[in-house]
Parts: sequence; structure tokens; C-alpha cells
Amino acid sequence: MDFPRRSFLLTGLCGLALAGLTQCKKSGGGDANTIVVGEVAALSGGTATFGQSSHAGTQMAVDEINASGGLLGKKVTLITEDDQSKQGEAGTVAKKLISREKIVALLGEVASGRSLEMAPICQKEGVPMISPASTNPKVTEVGDHIFRVCFIDPFQGTVMAKFALARGWKKVAVMTDVKQDYSVGLSQYFKEYFTKNGGTIVGDQSYSSGDKDFKAQLTKLKEGAPDAILASGYYNETGLIAVQCRELGISAPLLGGDGWDSPSLVEVAGKAIEGSFFSNHFSAEDKAPIIQNFITKYKEKNDGKTPDAMAALGYDSMMILGAAIKKAGTTEGKALRDAIATTKDHAGITGVISLDEKRNANKPAVILTIKDGNFVYVETVAP
Amino acid sequence: MEQFIQQLLNGLFLGAIYALIALGYTMVYGVLRFINFAHGDVFMLGAFAGYYLHKALMPLMGALPAPISAAVILLLAMAICAALGILIEFLAYRPLRSRPRLNVLITAIGVSLFLEYTGQLIFGATQRPFPEVIPKKNIEGLGGLYVSNTQVIVLVTTVALLVALRFIVMKTKMGLAMRALSLNPTAATLMGVNNSVVISFTFGLGSALAAAGGILYASLYPSIEPFMGILPGLKAFVAAVLGGIGNIPGAALGGLIIGITETLVAGYSQDIGIPSGYKDGVAFVILILILLFKPSGLLGKVEREKV
Amino acid sequence: MIFKKYGTQLFLLAALVVSLVVSLFADQIDDYYMDIALNVGINIILAVSLNLVNGHTGQFSLGHAAFMAVGAYGSAVLTLQAGAPMVSALGGGVFGQSLVFIIALLVGGVFAALLGWMVGVPSLRLRGDYLAIVTLGFNEIVRVVFTNTNADGPFGGALGLKGIEPYTNFFWVFAIAAISVYVVGSMVNSTYGRGFLVVRDDEVAGESMGINTVRYKVTAFVIGAFFAGLAGGLYAHLRTTISAEGFGFLKSVDVVVMVILGGMGSTLGVVIAAVVLTVLNEYLRDFEQYRMIIFSLILIIMMIVRPQGLLPNVVLQRKKNKKTVDPA
Repeated sequence: MDFPRRSFLLTGLCGLALAGLTQCKKSGGGDANTIVVGEVAALSGGTATFGQSSHAGTQMAVDEINASGGLLGKKVTLITEDDQSKQGEAGTVAKKLISREKIVALLGEVASGRSLEMAPICQKEGVPMISPASTNPKVTEVGDHIFRVCFIDPFQGTVMAKFALARGWKKVAVMTDVKQDYSVGLSQYFKEYFTKNGGTIVGDQSYSSGDKDFKAQLTKLKEGAPDAILASGYYNETGLIAVQCRELGISAPLLGGDGWDSPSLVEVAGKAIEGSFFSNHFSAEDKAPIIQNFITKYKEKNDGKTPDAMAALGYDSMMILGAAIKKAGTTEGKALRDAIATTKDHAGITGVISLDEKRNANKPAVILTIKDGNFVYVETVAP
Repeated sequence: MEQFIQQLLNGLFLGAIYALIALGYTMVYGVLRFINFAHGDVFMLGAFAGYYLHKALMPLMGALPAPISAAVILLLAMAICAALGILIEFLAYRPLRSRPRLNVLITAIGVSLFLEYTGQLIFGATQRPFPEVIPKKNIEGLGGLYVSNTQVIVLVTTVALLVALRFIVMKTKMGLAMRALSLNPTAATLMGVNNSVVISFTFGLGSALAAAGGILYASLYPSIEPFMGILPGLKAFVAAVLGGIGNIPGAALGGLIIGITETLVAGYSQDIGIPSGYKDGVAFVILILILLFKPSGLLGKVEREKV
Repeated sequence: MIFKKYGTQLFLLAALVVSLVVSLFADQIDDYYMDIALNVGINIILAVSLNLVNGHTGQFSLGHAAFMAVGAYGSAVLTLQAGAPMVSALGGGVFGQSLVFIIALLVGGVFAALLGWMVGVPSLRLRGDYLAIVTLGFNEIVRVVFTNTNADGPFGGALGLKGIEPYTNFFWVFAIAAISVYVVGSMVNSTYGRGFLVVRDDEVAGESMGINTVRYKVTAFVIGAFFAGLAGGLYAHLRTTISAEGFGFLKSVDVVVMVILGGMGSTLGVVIAAVVLTVLNEYLRDFEQYRMIIFSLILIIMMIVRPQGLLPNVVLQRKKNKKTVDPA
């Protein structure tokens, strides 16, 4: 009869939990000479590439701030937690950073789904949160402490739809990654604007991240003889979609969003992606000294890797936070929040950033094309 | 009509890939009666071995014709993965040989996670482009149909490996030992079969097949990353079960059926109002149906549980 | 005497009281540790309920996350769509919220149980590895279906559901954990419940003794799924946002690992494993990229060194010892 012992154990556990939990108020927040900033990024798991990039950008911003004397006379420490690209983890680590490390603000996540997990926690605890790259509109709707430094899906979808119409493409087919809310949103807003303004969607197919074979869907899309194909997912799959389009004799250009931005798109797709277009936060081609300077330094620190949009956004998120701390003169939550909210004309890598009343970055998108394996600037579209 | 034939071709070539991976799965299961969950990850390692071999050897083999250098890379990667498979078996599975099958299943899941995350640590999380070992070309003269030379190579290799495997299992002494072991390990030992050697051989062979699958897969879909083995691994497993696990021609048949069904669902589901994203569930629906109505698989033998 | 007769009920009561008391002091507790504690509790429910299927009844299921998903979605849809008017109709406040929450949890649990029945019945013809694979496939199907729902529909498509009310607290989690331990424990330890063990140990012999093994298997699946559904509901109202991706194959593996490490069929062992693994996961956080590598190595080494789990089932062990002595 070992049954009562089990319940016993459970009871004991609860007691232990009580004892263990109440006695902990670690002295976080560093000492008087440091400002602790938290970051949540996917450093491992399925979307690790984005997390690693944005982390590299953020870290670089912290190093630069410290090299030029820190903030308010203190050094900045960045504490990064990995959420393994897993649902549920982001919430836990956000709580950890806030309650254990006493961070003054939280930077992250790239993925909207995980940002939405952290946002209510930051809102409740009064810790400002800046997402570098979550483009889903819902993220900043959580509350007045949640900001982002990127544009949002409706804007990006509209930009691409406008661009397609301006080129005279009336028939566009759509490939959506149903596993990514980012892609679903982008496709949705593209379709809305495009059909309202005289375009026709001649095919609407979906796939899931991680897929490698798209020939069935593309064969179907070919039937509609599209002028262009919107591939709204991330570059991982887009490269293969481009290759398989050409293998099936589809010569229409592809259109996409900022999720395309990675050198690996061209490496995988090669010639197949030439002449396609995507909207992005910045262009590495831009000759502006601030951008070229950023690229040079980033390459130095990261074995010669060219920074992608995630890195630039990670950098901008930290720089905006840094500027706000300077402006507020304190790291206290409410004052810092107000300082971030009044960010205006911040000269970032991804454009001149002003935060609007919905706490979204108001800034132009650039459209890039792929030419001879390089991302070439085409035009800038203002909001 | 032309579109339908194109879809069937798409499905056929996709199925050939599944079949190729399923061969290794089914052989290991046939002999050892356990699901080697890590098969999909050895497949991934095969692709990475090909990637690095290409990088290292191409400067040396630049002068050779493409098919020869491709074959060299393929065989070397197979050898590397075979060694790795034997090592995995020796370290992780051998100590468990007399333990319940579920323990071994858990270990296999552990090995699978280990390979994936170690892979991520060493190779990085970012996808890499797989080099075109043999320049890709579309085959001309098929009217409006599109088939590339790589696809044909994959199909031919799958058939060749299927025949070779069948030969090894049915006509060689080692194959005889493998079959004996699968029938009754104790009796096999008594008949002078060295079980350890046979099991190592089986693992080596299975891993070599996985490596071949990885390289061919990567040539078709030239983007490799540490988690690339999970999905094809699962689907190949479904293919193996569908054909009757342990049955080599069955695995090939299962692979083709899954590939074609998946393609048709993805291509035509929207005509009846279902998002094409449901194609990911198709393999598993087939799996459940087949196991409910014919648990031994299409070509498998019915196994009675002895009291 | 009383202790002996009502021991289990007394301990259940004690566990409920303690969780209530702790939840009254929840404000004093560090958020992060509270979060870990709640995760521990939810994992206990998951592991104990899976243990009924995998451990006690010997039906190897690799699809527990699917039931969790159904419970999470079921309860969250209810509180999102009808929660606010229901709470205000009940006069608002803690009472109304608690009532709505428990209704939502039960709805989620019942849906999960229904699904458990749907899986349990057809799966009866399978065993061992095949059953494992079918449940795995079933898990994938549930995930694919939720992912492919309309983004504007009640299930939210790929983004899933967000803005779920954070109703989950210490009391609910540990009360339900205690109840699940109690229910599974008393079921297995009752005269009736010996049938589960028969199914596991020797199905054929059981059948020839006139035991309806089919009913036991289905019961195990339904009860297991029900509690997994409750755990899903708690999880949804703890995280406040859920998406289908989080209920994939890996989540099922997490739970299976707890059952295996704890020792199949040992409730105590499984509870300990749930606690240890959840806490270990937090400790290994500092190792970032190495975390999963270490975790998988522990798994492999554990299987080699101590395959019966941390705390093997005592009854089973005794029986085995006897067997080895008997021939003498």
C-alpha cells in the first residue's frame, strides 16, 4: 500500500514549493554602475537564424554604447535568454528577466507569436518592451508599454500590392506559409489591397515552413498564368520555391517581404531568383555613411557576414532604447516608457524612425530586387 | 490533362525520395524490430557530409567529369555515415539490446535530439546551399512536361539501391544471417551467427542508405540545415509502415504512394475548398487507415503474437 | 484506524488545502519561480495522465500533446468568446471568474476525452510500436488542422489565440494535479483497476480470464485524455497565448520522457520526474545552445544506466524478484 505516500509526496511538494518560493528576492538589476537590459531571442530551434541575427545586432549596439561611455554614466549589460523557438518558453524567460534580473526594458522577440506571449507580462509589470521585428499588428495592441521598431504587415502587404499594380501586373498568384502568422498576414493584406484596386488573384496556395517540395502547388499556380507570384514566407523556403518555379517553366518574377532578407536566399536560389522583388527595412547598398559604417563594423564582429534586416532591427531597437534612457535621465519604467513613446526622427539603420500613437514605427519601406546575386535598391515607398 | 500528368510526375519523384529513405528504415526495423528515430538525422548528416566533401575535394577533382566526382562524394559520404551508424549503435543501442523495446525507442529519440542539436551547434542554424554536383538541366522533348536530370538520377538510384539491397538480403551470407536474426535471435546465435557483427552491419548499411538519401535529397532541394531530417524521416517511416515494415519492396511502394497522394492533395485540394496546407496531414491519415484495416501493411506478413 | 481507512482521501484533502493556502500568498512569490511552479504542476498532470495510458495500461501513446491542444483550444475559445458576459452575469469578481474558468476547463477536458475515445477505440487493434506511431500521426493531424484554420476564425490559424485571460493560478493547477494523482491512483489500486495492469502485463491471459480488455484500454485513453485536456486549459490560461505549433510531436516526447524517466506505472516516480525535468530545464537554460544536447545525453545515459526509471513501480519490481527466486 504505497498509495498514500504518493499523495503525501505531492502535499510535501506543495509545502516545499511554498517554502522555496517565498524566500527569494535576489538582488537583480546589477549594481549601481550598470543598467541591465533584457533580451529574448530564439538562439536555437527552428527560427534560430532570425534570433541569432537580431541578437548579434543588439549586442553590437550595446558594445557601441558602452564604448562611448555608456548611459547616464553607467555601463549597459545585456542579458539574453534563449526561448529555443518554442511556444511557452518566451513567457517564462520574460518573467525570469523581469523578476530575477530586474531588467529596465525588454528587447525581443522577432516572431510575433512569441512577442505576444511576453507583451502582457511586460505590460503588467510596467517594463517597456521593444520588439525588433514582430510585424503582426496585434503585438503593440497589447498595451502602452509595447513598442516596435519595424513596420507592420498591413503596410508591407500594401506596399507590395501597390508595387505590383504600378508595374502593370494584374494577375498575381499567392504562396502562403500557413505555419507562419507573418506570412499569413502579409498575404492577406496584399490580397485585400490588390483586389480592391483592380488586380486579380489567379491562384492561392499554401505550404508549411520546413517543406522542401512545392511542385504540386506551383504546377497548380502555373495554370492561372500569373504575371507575378507573391511568396510571402521566409527566405528558407522562398529560395526553393524560386528554383522549382523555374524548373516547372514558370518565368514570372516572385514578390516577397522582409522575410526574404538573407544572403542565403541568393545562395540557394541562384539564377532562379534574379529579377524578383521584395520589400525590406533597409538596403545594404545604401551609401549613407551610417549604414556603411554599420555594415563594416558588423562584418568585423561576425566573421565577415553581411548584416540582414534582423541584425539592423536588433541594432535599432537597442539604440532607440539607449536614446530614450538618455532622454528620460532615468531607467524607471514609467518615465522610460514615455521617453520611448516620444521617439521622433531617430536616425536608425532601417530608416528614420518615429513611433506613432499606436507605438509602431512609422518609416518607409525600400523595395529591392535581385540582380547578379546582389540585393539592388529599386525605390523607397513612404507610408 | 497535361497538368495532371505533371502532378503525377511531381508525386513520383517526391515518392522516390521517400522510398529511398524508407529503405534504410525498413531494413533496420526488419532485422532489429525497433524504430530507429535517428534515421532522419543520419540522413541530415549524410547531406552535410556531402557538403563538406564537395568543399574539400572539388579543388582536387576539378578535372574529373561530373558524374565521377559525384559518385566519389556519394560513396565517401556513405562510408562516413556507415561508420557513424555503427558507432551510434555501439554506444547507444548495444547496451540496451536485451531491454524492452520502448526503452530503445526512447534512446532513439534521445539520439535523434542529440544529433539535431549538436548539428545546430557545429553547422549553425542557418540553411546552406547544397552545391550542384551534377549541373541541373531540364530534359527536353517532353512537350509541356518538366522533368530535370536530377530527378531522373534520384529515381534511377532508388531503383538501383532497392535491387542491391534486395540482393544483399536475399542472396548473400550476411543477408541470410540478417534474416535469421530477425526471425529468431537466439536460434540464430545457436546456428553460429555472430549477432553483434550482423547488427553492426545492418546499422552500417542502413546509415549508408540514409546518407545516399540525404545527398540525393539535397541535390533535388538544395538547401540543408540541421533539422532537415525530421519531416522526411517521419514520412519515410510512414511509407515503410504502409508498405509493410521490414519489407523492402514494400517500403518503395509505400514511398511512391505517399509521394503521389501528397502531391495530388496539395495540387487539387483547393478545388474542393480545402487549404493545401492539409497535405502535411495526408501521410498520417493514410498511416492510420492502413494500420486500422491492414496493420501488416500492403506487402507485409501478418504476425501472430505468441502466447 | 481512520488514517488507514481514509488515508488517501485525507491526503487529497491536505493537498487541496495546501494549494489553496499557497495561492493566497501568491503575491509574495517571485513571478519567475511561480511560473516554474505552475509549469511543474501542469507537467505533473500531463505525466500522471499519460502514465495511466503508457505506464499502467501499457499502451504506448506518443500523442498526448494532441489532447492537451484540444483542451487548450476548447477552454480558451470558450473564455474568449463567452467569458466576459458570463463573468458579469455571475456578478463578476473572483467567484464568477473561478466558475467560468472551471466550466471552461471542464469543456476542454470533455472535448479532449471525446477525442481520446475516438483515438482509443480504433487503436485497440494495434499495440507497441504501431500504436506509438498511430498516436504520433494523430498528433500531427490535430496540429495540422488547427494550423490550417481560418486566421479570422475562432481558432486563429497559424497565429493561434492570444489575449486569453490569465485565470490559471497555483490553486487550480495543484488542486487538479492532486485530483489527477488521486483519480489515477485510486483507479489503478481498486479491484476494478487491476484490469489496467492485466492489459499491460498479459493481455491474452486477461482475456481468457474474462476481463474486458477493450473497455480498460478505452477507459485509460479517455481518462488520460480528459486530464491532458485540463492541463491544456490550464496551460492556455497561464500563457495567455497558444498556437498549434506548441502542441507538436516534441511536446508529446517531453511528456513521454517524464513517464519513462519516472518509471512506467509508478505514479510517485512520474511525479518526481515531472518536477525534476521541469526544474532541470530551467537550470540548463544558462547553457543555451548546449541545453538540448545535455538533455538528450541525460536521456540516453539514463536509459543505459537506469532503464527502469528513477523510481520503478514497486509492485512490478517485487514480482520480478520473486520470479528469479522461484525456480530454486
